[in-house]
Amino acid sequence: MWIAYKTIVIKEVLRFSRIWVQTIFPPIITTSLYLLIFGGLMGQRIGDMQGIDYMHYIIPGIILMTVIQNSYANTVSSFFLAKFNHSIEELLVSPVPYWIILLGYISGGVARGFVVGVGVFIAVSFFVDFEVDNLLITVITFLLTAILFSLAGFINAVFAQSFDDITIVPTFILMPMTYLGGMFYSIEILPQFWQDLSKFNPIYYMVDSFRLGFLGVGTSEFWTSMSILLAMIVVLATVAFYLLKKGVNIKT
Amino acid sequence: MPVALSIHGLKKTYANQLDALKGIDLYVEQGDFFALLGSNGAGKTTAIGIICGLLNKTSGSVEILGLNQDTNANKVKRLIGLMPQEFNFNPFEPIEEILINQAGYHGITRADARIQSEILLKKMQLWGKRFDMAKSLSGGMKRRLMLARALIHQPQILILDEPTAGVDVEIRRSMWLYLKELNSQGMTIILTTHYLEEAESLCRHIAILDEGLVIEQTSMKKLLSKVDQQVLILESSDELPKEITANNFSYERLDDNSLQVVLESKTNITDVLQALAKQGVSIDHVRSAQNRLETLFLCLTNKDA
Repeated sequence: MWIAYKTIVIKEVLRFSRIWVQTIFPPIITTSLYLLIFGGLMGQRIGDMQGIDYMHYIIPGIILMTVIQNSYANTVSSFFLAKFNHSIEELLVSPVPYWIILLGYISGGVARGFVVGVGVFIAVSFFVDFEVDNLLITVITFLLTAILFSLAGFINAVFAQSFDDITIVPTFILMPMTYLGGMFYSIEILPQFWQDLSKFNPIYYMVDSFRLGFLGVGTSEFWTSMSILLAMIVVLATVAFYLLKKGVNIKT
Repeated sequence: MPVALSIHGLKKTYANQLDALKGIDLYVEQGDFFALLGSNGAGKTTAIGIICGLLNKTSGSVEILGLNQDTNANKVKRLIGLMPQEFNFNPFEPIEEILINQAGYHGITRADARIQSEILLKKMQLWGKRFDMAKSLSGGMKRRLMLARALIHQPQILILDEPTAGVDVEIRRSMWLYLKELNSQGMTIILTTHYLEEAESLCRHIAILDEGLVIEQTSMKKLLSKVDQQVLILESSDELPKEITANNFSYERLDDNSLQVVLESKTNITDVLQALAKQGVSIDHVRSAQNRLETLFLCLTNKDA
């Protein structure tokens, strides 16, 4: 089982590494631009946010956004393509337990999130000097976020019937939730109604915890955020495992 | 002889209510070279899909080397190597990676997988292309890649769904030789093909599926002995006489140098050649006008009157 798991992870890492021009490089460029425009140019006029200058304030959100998008993109595209070109059958005819298949794909998503996240972190270091306030909180938040969105991408891929289906969720659900989850701002500046509504957005808790780890400032309780993240992971992992075991859209 | 594959009352109804398999029974002995024939849509690929775990069955049971598929799914998968009809690999992966990954899914370490993949890729004449993306291979090469992938974990039962479709004659013959070699080493091989001469020359037992039912399962010899007439083409280098007397056979003149002769089971070719020689006709070449298995297949599946 360990060999099968390692094989899936190596295959996934090689897959996104081979097409690094599409998978690793663009998010680094995009986030550097975000930082330059929003942080560097507009940030000077915005001033501080929660007592932190705006350039520094948006860094955790920008890094986590790339982690979310890339973890999701990796599993959704890889698993959908495996369905599309029928190479998923290589796994189905092999003695690989379903939970290993799921774990392998999720690990692939986490790996891409990590590689891109570190890439963005290095790129950001060229623009600003900063230190991570609490590495443990930062790493735990990164890991749970990457696992959660890899699972979400996997479920999307199971249901997807066409290439359109794998872009709808990231474009119309993931992107708005990310932007409205306090990536560029603290929800404290919003009117009360929107503050309350933001608390239903799970990405708010991820960004807030990540920011707590990076900068030492946050608006929510860390353990509340972690509990919400863990609960969502358990739910999505159960759903993903059930879909895989039943062979939904994989076996007829 | 121990049973390699045993299927009882296997049924498959798809979501669109199509009854692809209507309760088939099938037995394949260990070490056999078994042909599973049928027209398009007869249920061959569905049966193979269920045996290999790619499709869910509606009812019935499948046993591989005495192991029930429902209770020993992963053990059963270790015993089977599948070469499917459709290309089902990632076209953007290098071909050596495809083999190494497949070995990894079967619990073989990368180091061991590299050794095994080298042996198989050399055997399939693909070693020189091991770093190429699978999409760059020709149709025949892709088929050989899938055969190598099916063999990477050294299965006891090899299932080949249309293995030589789109493969040129030379490669097809070399694949036949290799499959015979594997079979002689004890591997059970189950083959579906539309090339009936392939099944006739390779397989010892045969089952014919028609509209989701097994309509015949027997040995190849027994089946072929049911053919009650043979159609042969006789060719002469000399021009044939205008009138030929045929007492124990019927014939049709194809052109000035060739005859199509229909032999009933009682008549043998020597009698015909002697009768023609007495009339001054010397025959240089004799060849079969029709494949015997093809004749039977068409007859059994009512595709030909």
